[in-house]
Amino acid sequence: MYAVEMHGITKQFKNVLANSNVELMVKRGEIHSLLGENGAGKSTLMNILYGMYAPTSGQVVVQGKPVVIENPLKAIELGIAMVHQHFMLIEPLTVAENVVLGYEPKKHGCFDMKKAVEEVNTLADQYGLHVDARQKVEELSVGTKQRVEILKALYRKADILILDEPTAVLTPQEVSDLFRVLRKLRESGKTIIIITHKLKETLELADTVTVLRKGQVIASLPVTEQMDQAQLAELMVGRIVSLETEKQPVPGEHEVVMALRGAVVTRDKRNVLDDISLEIRAGEILGIAGVEGNGQTELIDVLTGLQRLSGGAVVLQGKQLPAGRITPRSMLAAGVGHIPEDRGKRGFVGGFTIAENIVLGYHRNQPFARHGLINRKARDEFADRVARQYDVRMDSIQDTVGSLSGGNQQKVIIGRVFAQDPKVIIAAQPTRGVDIGAIEYIHGELVKMRDAGKAVLLISADLDELMRLSDKIAVLYDGRIVDRRDASEYDERTLGALMTGHTPDSVEKEVKQA
Amino acid sequence: MTQQKRISLEKLTQNTTFLSAIALILSLLVSGVVMMIAGYSPIEGYSAMFTGAFGSVDNLAQTLGTATPLIFAGLAMAFAARGGMFNIGIEGQIIAGAFPAALVGAYLQGLPWFVHIPLCFLAGMIGGGLWAMLAGFLKNKLRVSEVILTIMLNYVAQYLAEYLANYQFKAEGMLVRTETIQPSAALPALIPYSRLTTGIFVALAFAVFVWWFLSRTTPGYQMRAIAQNPYAAEAGGVNIARMNLLTMFLSGALAGMGGAVEVMGVHGYFIVNMTSGYGFDGVAIAVMGNNTPLGTVISALIFGALRAGSTSMNRMTSIPGEFIQVLQALVILFVSTPGIVRAMLRKRNFKKNDQKKGA
Ligand SMILES: Nc1ncnc2c1ncn2[C@@H]1O[C@H](COP(=O)(O)OP(=O)(O)O)[C@@H](O)[C@H]1O
Ligand SMILES: [Mg+2]
Repeated sequence: MYAVEMHGITKQFKNVLANSNVELMVKRGEIHSLLGENGAGKSTLMNILYGMYAPTSGQVVVQGKPVVIENPLKAIELGIAMVHQHFMLIEPLTVAENVVLGYEPKKHGCFDMKKAVEEVNTLADQYGLHVDARQKVEELSVGTKQRVEILKALYRKADILILDEPTAVLTPQEVSDLFRVLRKLRESGKTIIIITHKLKETLELADTVTVLRKGQVIASLPVTEQMDQAQLAELMVGRIVSLETEKQPVPGEHEVVMALRGAVVTRDKRNVLDDISLEIRAGEILGIAGVEGNGQTELIDVLTGLQRLSGGAVVLQGKQLPAGRITPRSMLAAGVGHIPEDRGKRGFVGGFTIAENIVLGYHRNQPFARHGLINRKARDEFADRVARQYDVRMDSIQDTVGSLSGGNQQKVIIGRVFAQDPKVIIAAQPTRGVDIGAIEYIHGELVKMRDAGKAVLLISADLDELMRLSDKIAVLYDGRIVDRRDASEYDERTLGALMTGHTPDSVEKEVKQA
Repeated sequence: MTQQKRISLEKLTQNTTFLSAIALILSLLVSGVVMMIAGYSPIEGYSAMFTGAFGSVDNLAQTLGTATPLIFAGLAMAFAARGGMFNIGIEGQIIAGAFPAALVGAYLQGLPWFVHIPLCFLAGMIGGGLWAMLAGFLKNKLRVSEVILTIMLNYVAQYLAEYLANYQFKAEGMLVRTETIQPSAALPALIPYSRLTTGIFVALAFAVFVWWFLSRTTPGYQMRAIAQNPYAAEAGGVNIARMNLLTMFLSGALAGMGGAVEVMGVHGYFIVNMTSGYGFDGVAIAVMGNNTPLGTVISALIFGALRAGSTSMNRMTSIPGEFIQVLQALVILFVSTPGIVRAMLRKRNFKKNDQKKGA
């Protein structure tokens, strides 16, 4: 009846109690969602099931038999496979080689590549996992790599498949592909445990949900029609979370603060930005919808001075900026705040303290420095105030930012930008990989900025976020803006279709037909 | 109890000072084994070395005097590394600093020492700084790694200086050297007839300066940001190409100071081959010092002792002084691969854990 039972599982790391007396019952043939905020102990629990960690105490039962899972090999023997957050693939090898690794088909004692490719193709077809078995893994997209990981699990004859936050790295299209595959796996009798902190996905996909908070099981419930996001959010966070952001239109004239006129960026003879014109207005959030890789990064980089234009112009407060003189420094000085899309890369220096990071980009300004000399007292006082104001959970501003959780790292960046009273805010993926509690907070702050008359550009892969926050939305596809309207005129389906290259006309027709 | 111990051991393996010390001890052990295999007595060798380094006031002066240019070389390397540049051209920059310092010291006459000495320093810093900056400039222009550029410029500096010392600026006599500097440009010896001069105080002062610059100035802050995450630094408005030039200039200036101090304190003139591998020792010194000014000074002192000791080991025993090079290579190997040390410690932990699990 139960594929997996975990009884009284406790896991103590040095000074962190990651799991505390956890009970988990996973029915055979179901999709079971393990829901919880970052740090709730989801990965730890599943790593115990997969034999990566030994529990401090507790009992694991697989297919009705009590077992001790010393290592992943034992787990695989028991039919358990895990797709980790970070893929464990060998990049220079082909898909087929990766899938059969450790269980290679042999012919005359030698590795039989042909057979491997055949087997992998058969397996892939069976579950609708589209891959080219002969392609090298390093050439694959993230979504495809994930499919390879799933194939690997299936090749090892896994009955129980664990996926750790599989959707975190996927585009909306890839997510729906993945869900299709997972449903197919369920049909064929596999048991699936999917770790997530996304409520919508749980409701859409799972049969049962177990909510973890601070290492403890808060609830384990069947997913029903009546269940809604607010209910799950409350279980997950431990208080009522407002998923709707209060937002009234800002009255008065919305003057254009920043604009692009016919912006073109050419790379390898291709226009990655093609004749983009847009206006970012005071008191408005302009959302940019689009599948990643359609020019978002270049758009952000152009507006923040990181990327030179090949053609067109940047206009700030009515003045066209001289193309050769646009640098990140000049844009920061002109009041263009930047919340980078990849915070680990562009956002902060991990080894620097919170104080050092809070002034990054503004570090030359008084009172943080004068004549090239750092005024540590002034800087630290400022940083302390900002960190508190923006609710960064920390011991001290002398902690490194690398040691903070994702949500708190993002608050450091948001605090840095907002505290400088910018005129324009370029907010890219502002809540990616951030807890619900922090998302609620960050959304609130963004709206506050808009209400205070700032001009905000919001780039997000999360359509919910985009539709909730934006006043207007422009859709970016293949380096061009293919459609733009008031946010209220869009629904998710229309946006999804436009983002994937359907023309506005064809989308309208489809909607009418439906 | 064991839990407690494991935590402290784990912490220790994160501790770079501890790792450097372990690496040094390991290198001494392994070179001892090499000595043994080569048929020499390591005990005899090391005791000769120890006496040679610390045995008398003169020996100690030799150690500290040798350490002086090594401090500059180590600081130059460490400074560049803290700014995200890998400056392997310190040897050449020492020469590029020593040569102009020697000329300013020899040909400017009638100056009081408190003007002449700073002028020579300035010449050394500008010479070394510009030489290093040339590598930075070419890196920006040609997008070639500074590692290759700085290595190649070593040879250019060496042969250019040799050429100039052979023709235009050759002093009378058999040696390929420049004219002797004026007394007003000479750094006084602390112990008569030793290498130990007031230059060591200058070196220590520069170590303090490097610490101050990196931690207390905005260019220092920007350099560290570039080294740790150039993408974030760029988004923060830091001009990476320009900062790289500054980093190289200052790193080269430190190396050039080393050359100037060596000319003004030890030789009294520029002479070919006077650098004798200081620049390359600087790499090992900075690595062992974890690129911090204090760590660099300490490891430069250790390397000074090793160099001084190996000279007398060479003299007092049949063991060739070249063993010092084996030792240095091992130090680099062990320090730059802390994984080895960590793995050795971890293995012990692992065994302990297994026993615990079994029980
Ligand atoms: N190997 C480890 N060593 C020490 N602490 C850990 C380790 N792995 C996880 N933790 C801690 O355990 C807690 C739960 O982590 P994790 O299971 O990764 O949470 P989740 O997957 O729900 O985000 C966190 O506080 C985390 O910092
Ligand atoms: Mg996790």
